[in-house]
Amino acid sequence: MIVNKNDSILNIKDLHVHYRTYDGFAKVLDGVNLWVGKGEKVGLVGEAGCGKTTTMRTVLRILPENAVVPKGEIFYHGEDILKMKPQKLNKVRTQGISMIFQEPAAALNPVFTIGTQMFDVIRYSDSGKGRSKEEIKELAVKAIGEVYIPDPERILNSYPGQLSGGMKQRICIAMAIVTERELLIADEPGTSLDVTILDQVHRLLRGLVEKKGMSLIMITHSLGVAREMTDRIYVMYAGNIVETAETKELFKNPLHPYTLGLLESVPRLTGGGVAEGIYGRIPDYFSPPKGCRFHPRCRLSEEKCREEKPLLKDVGDGHQVACFKVQGVI
Amino acid sequence: MKLSSYVIKRLLYSIFVLLGLSIVIFIIARVVPGDPARLALGPRAPQFAVDALREEMHLDKSLPVQYFYWIKGVATGDLGKSLITKRNVVEDIAEFLPATLELVLVSALFVIVFSIFFGALAARYKDTWVDSFIRVMAYTGVAVPSFVLAVIFLLLFGYIWPIIPVLGRLSAGIQPPPTITGLITIDSLLTGQLDVFFDALKHLILPALALAVGPLFQEARIVRSAMTENMGKDYLAAAVGFGMPDHVITGKYLLKPSLIPAVSVMGLDIASLMSNAFLVEVIFNWPGISRYGMEAMLRKDLNAISAVIIVFGLIFVLVNILVDLIVAYLDPRIRLGGRSS
Ligand SMILES: Nc1ncnc2c1ncn2[C@@H]1O[C@H](COP(=O)(O)OP(=O)(O)OP(=O)(O)O)[C@@H](O)[C@H]1O
Ligand SMILES: [Mg+2]
Repeated sequence: MIVNKNDSILNIKDLHVHYRTYDGFAKVLDGVNLWVGKGEKVGLVGEAGCGKTTTMRTVLRILPENAVVPKGEIFYHGEDILKMKPQKLNKVRTQGISMIFQEPAAALNPVFTIGTQMFDVIRYSDSGKGRSKEEIKELAVKAIGEVYIPDPERILNSYPGQLSGGMKQRICIAMAIVTERELLIADEPGTSLDVTILDQVHRLLRGLVEKKGMSLIMITHSLGVAREMTDRIYVMYAGNIVETAETKELFKNPLHPYTLGLLESVPRLTGGGVAEGIYGRIPDYFSPPKGCRFHPRCRLSEEKCREEKPLLKDVGDGHQVACFKVQGVI
Repeated sequence: MKLSSYVIKRLLYSIFVLLGLSIVIFIIARVVPGDPARLALGPRAPQFAVDALREEMHLDKSLPVQYFYWIKGVATGDLGKSLITKRNVVEDIAEFLPATLELVLVSALFVIVFSIFFGALAARYKDTWVDSFIRVMAYTGVAVPSFVLAVIFLLLFGYIWPIIPVLGRLSAGIQPPPTITGLITIDSLLTGQLDVFFDALKHLILPALALAVGPLFQEARIVRSAMTENMGKDYLAAAVGFGMPDHVITGKYLLKPSLIPAVSVMGLDIASLMSNAFLVEVIFNWPGISRYGMEAMLRKDLNAISAVIIVFGLIFVLVNILVDLIVAYLDPRIRLGGRSS
């Protein structure tokens, strides 16, 4: 599916997010640009700690309290989420966007039953408002069925601690889709699961999103997973989007040196962090490298890369890349 | 594990705790110097009378035999006679215990309500003056024992600013309600005597506060730190992300997990309330069991001392079972012993 950027439902522009810590400010996001079209499935790929979760938490405004957003805009249907009044923001959360958290065990409250938590998700969602207890329960049971968990009654009466990791993951998915949302953000669904279950979860997710006509942002370490799941891919490195293209195009014609490095590690299904193709580690966010944040690890880096920050530039057909070498500037 | 079997296990365990306690009390009561029979009869009583009393109290037997007599009595509800009041100790306890229970219950209520209130407040206004104030109060609470606070209250409200009664359970002109539970506030409510109820309540406030202030602010700190810690949890961010209203997030999804550590400590607080009640009752002239126990100790009234300690031990054990049950109710991870999370 090809969607014009002007029809985007979510459009993140030049987003900066810093974390205040005892050691100073960790300048994590450094101008993220990302948009999602209606019904589009996009992947956000990058190694551990590059800021994927941070970006998505900013979208829902659920950042940890030591986070600051010095700069940037997040347009949702043309309105900046970061400037929204509580009521508008609530609309975004209750009918616009829902999120599946990276750690299902941590995302479920350990001292309430699945039922209690799920019913509240429905009750306070836009399409669940004012529904009777029976209707709410019916919706919950239906959603649990949709993620292929048998015996929903028992599940509703269970506490998270009584469920396996895979079940918790499915419950988190069920909660995110139980009432209508336009966009689903799935943060690495299944990293804690073994490979076969992981695969099932991915297929399940994809099926649900297509069935419900939702847009999807799929966060993952692995380009391989993104290839299976998405129409378009964003490659992220150290708080920057370094390349984006339609999935097919990206695999056919990868441009950024970081993307190339990642591709060398594609056969690996579970992202374990640093790809073999790239030497070194993600930079220190307290004093990030000047210029292109990737330059210390880049085989091609030159003087300009160390001095100036490359911005995303179109190289044709919506394929964008942030690299002086590729853009032919050097 | 089922809740009922959990309770049964706890109760069985408590019996052993109480038995152990009874042995310790018994030994302590017997090894302190001085002859109880002599103390009871006074220095001028003839030796044969003392000997007769010794025999009656089984003091002439070996310690294990004495213990056996005593524990048999305890098990059948016969704690012997008090040497001072010359009545059955059980009667004395029935008379004095309700006053203490009322005092401790009211101060426990203060602790529970205000610790949650101040704890939530400190968490909500973390790192502001509200938070600092509560922190300072917690330190002060640790540093200032309740009896010092009691004396301060007594001076302040007894002499300088007498807006609230400082002595006894009721004002002079007021007739106590008929004894139903022995707790004047409850009895007066049951018999519909509102004026008595409010008078009793006024008398309760200062001693209960003197007892409560220390544990209250420490509990508040526990609630506060649990809340601030849980605020950073993913499940809370998830609830916010789903657009749930503030009162549901704070009052439900944040409060319940945050109460668990505070409630766990509360069982110990009750113990400190009861032991602190000893001095506070003396200061506020509160006719409770602590004062009775103090007197018994000074006069070496063995049966009374043992009974008071046994009753305290029993209350402590029961309170802790109750606390464990509340914790198990709040925390399914304990109740169900499920997978680790
Ligand atoms: N509350 C916080 N305080 C300080 N630093 C933080 C905080 N949260 C995240 N960070 C830092 O921000 C960086 C990005 O974190 P983020 O969780 O967004 O990465 P990610 O791309 O989701 O990584 P992963 O693939 O491991 O989930 C990391 O270096 C992390 O240590
Ligand atoms: Mg993450």
